[in-house]
Amino acid sequence: MRGLSGAMPPPIGSAHRPRRWDLPAGTAMIAFIVRRLIQSVLVMLTVALVGFALFNYVGDPVNNLVGQDTSMEDRAQLREDLGLNDPFPVQFARFVVNAAQADFGISYRHGRPVEDLLIERAPATLELSLAAGLFALLVGVPMGIYTALNRRGWLSKAFLTISLIGVSLPTFLIGILLILIFAVWLGWLPSFGRGTTVQIGWWSTGFLTWDGLKALILPSITLGLFQMTLIMRLVRAEMLEVLRTDYIKFARARGLSARAVNFGHALKNTLVPVITITGLQLGSVIAFAIITETVFQWPGMGLLFIQAIEFVDIPVMAAYLVLVAFLFVLINLIVDILYVVVDPRLRVGGGGGAGGGH
Amino acid sequence: MTEPLLSVRDLRVQFPTRRGVLTAVDGVSFDIHPGEILGVVGESGAGKSQTGAAIIGLLEPPGRIAGGRIILEGQRIDGLTQEQLRKVRGRKIGAVFQDPLTSLNPLYTVGRQLTETIRTHLDMSERAARARALELLQEVGIPGAADRLDAYPHQFSGGMRQRVVIALALCANPRLIIADEPTTALDVSIQAQITSLLKRLCREHDTAVMLITHDMGVIAETADRVAVLYGGRLAEVGPVDDVVNRPLHPYTEGLMACIPTTHDRPPRLAQIEGSMPSLTAMPDGCAFHPRCPHAHDRCVAERPPLFDHAPSSAACWLWSSEGTRTLERTRA
Ligand SMILES: Nc1ncnc2c1ncn2[C@@H]1O[C@H](COP(=O)(O)OP(=O)(O)OP(=O)(O)O)[C@@H](O)[C@H]1O
Ligand code: SF4
Ligand SMILES: [Mg+2]
Repeated sequence: MRGLSGAMPPPIGSAHRPRRWDLPAGTAMIAFIVRRLIQSVLVMLTVALVGFALFNYVGDPVNNLVGQDTSMEDRAQLREDLGLNDPFPVQFARFVVNAAQADFGISYRHGRPVEDLLIERAPATLELSLAAGLFALLVGVPMGIYTALNRRGWLSKAFLTISLIGVSLPTFLIGILLILIFAVWLGWLPSFGRGTTVQIGWWSTGFLTWDGLKALILPSITLGLFQMTLIMRLVRAEMLEVLRTDYIKFARARGLSARAVNFGHALKNTLVPVITITGLQLGSVIAFAIITETVFQWPGMGLLFIQAIEFVDIPVMAAYLVLVAFLFVLINLIVDILYVVVDPRLRVGGGGGAGGGH
Repeated sequence: MTEPLLSVRDLRVQFPTRRGVLTAVDGVSFDIHPGEILGVVGESGAGKSQTGAAIIGLLEPPGRIAGGRIILEGQRIDGLTQEQLRKVRGRKIGAVFQDPLTSLNPLYTVGRQLTETIRTHLDMSERAARARALELLQEVGIPGAADRLDAYPHQFSGGMRQRVVIALALCANPRLIIADEPTTALDVSIQAQITSLLKRLCREHDTAVMLITHDMGVIAETADRVAVLYGGRLAEVGPVDDVVNRPLHPYTEGLMACIPTTHDRPPRLAQIEGSMPSLTAMPDGCAFHPRCPHAHDRCVAERPPLFDHAPSSAACWLWSSEGTRTLERTRA
């Protein structure tokens, strides 16, 4: 993808300050969005290719569909019917067209359309990811601000030490520890499952019952802890950097209150890069949910995927892969656009443009 | 003589570092009178900015005021708490920094930054503050000010941004503006405009200015009095005409030799042999003695205090009561 990125998109996913100064405004902005769209499509095609390769080259799809006693003729017929004898581009095109319509075939294991399985499982994963993301943000951002403003305080040092532990412990271990403490020893919270859920149309939610909310706590902390420490460190680093800038010094020199300087001026500038990274983290939260869902037997898409691997349920695996990639790409796109909304320098048709001369 | 607006006495600014305590400003004293422009000159590292930062209480930690007094309108302002200082900053003392490109918050319109500052210090409604913001922008010469109020800093050129910065410094009509190299970062063609703008506004508002600069040309054109710093110490202070045309201190003499007679871009300071000693290697006695053509035994052994030779004063043994130049002058 490197060649495509050119000068335009902010370097996604790097914790580095994006080069937002280079971005031209006006019509170039439209070109930027178009380019990002093309990029997104290419990413999706690449992932689709991997999914497609899984389908065709891991095991024999025909073998997976038929019983031991099927005759050679029947197998050949099935091969022909499934289009497996068509040339590669035709097969791939068919896969892509189907995938674009959310058609990933029939699960080998469940014998049901894969998309139905995913839709059934999606609410569990999305609610878990959302709760984890909120936890990471609502705890990480204030902690980051606090540690930046009170650099030498003992509490800041404690936060940083804890965050170091949070980053270095593997997710499953944190999950098991939490289960041990809060479910086994204290018996306060459930150790597995979603608790009681309520069905709203096709969406099943755990947000509406006390039981469901309690079940969310441990998994979302487990899933969000890593992101939380990341956000905290990011906010802290950005905030410290912003606090050193001339415009913050100048804001102080104008006699603005500490609150106006720290929260009005410094925080807003801190949030520009933080939004980017945090948004992208939401994508990885969904992807990382696999481990948490396994530890907590959380009936989401991740657990479905793990079970699919055990049974070499290729259609489910391929669909999950494509879906997670799609969410990543979608979030990327939204973040890029959000970015433009927050930073006036990037807004389309920036008013005076070159400015009123000298 | 009128009561000074600002009196700085024996100001000492220190930075405790791992390699020991650095004294960036060492016993500096001067006065600024109401409505007066005091030019502060000196080579890079002479302590000009630290002096300014100490006055508005914005020294960067670990920097701190280690001694002396700063008196504004009869009241000591060194040692105030940050909250008390906040009421001095912007309200009584405005600041203009070197780089207008980085002085403004990129995420807020200039109008918002102006009204925020105005309302911090003056009891005004948002609407009244906005009217005042517009007036200020017009005053500093922003063309089409009414339309520019809602523009973001990046939509202004460097020169225009420095005008906005000056407007911000003037928001609450302070009695003193500390301008730390306000034109250094600008195009040569714009420098003179900004300097004369500053000069004009301060005359009109009766605002005093502490104008920090490398540029002797700017000083000669703008300042009423000049303070010359060397190695964190005050070398000489006096009316601009005397300091430029009849300097007392040998360092000032060297500096003045560098002022060009034409109005082309004046060269930077330090055309004198050698360079200013670093803070970690400050010589004993007079800080200037390694470079001074008139250095004698006393200069090496003992640090000269400030000798008063009205209208100027200089920290140089040549001007002590038994110094050779004092004697020359009395004979003449
Ligand atoms: N954070 C710091 N730690 C240690 N020393 C410092 C620090 N900040 C400034 N100094 C020292 O203080 C001295 C005076 O610095 P100052 O910024 O006042 O110089 P200046 O006269 O404004 O020079 P310039 O013309 O380059 O702006 C310098 O020698 C510098 O080394
Ligand atoms: S005190 Fe001595 S060394 Fe210092 S400036 Fe005067 S003559 Fe030169
Ligand atoms: Mg300086």
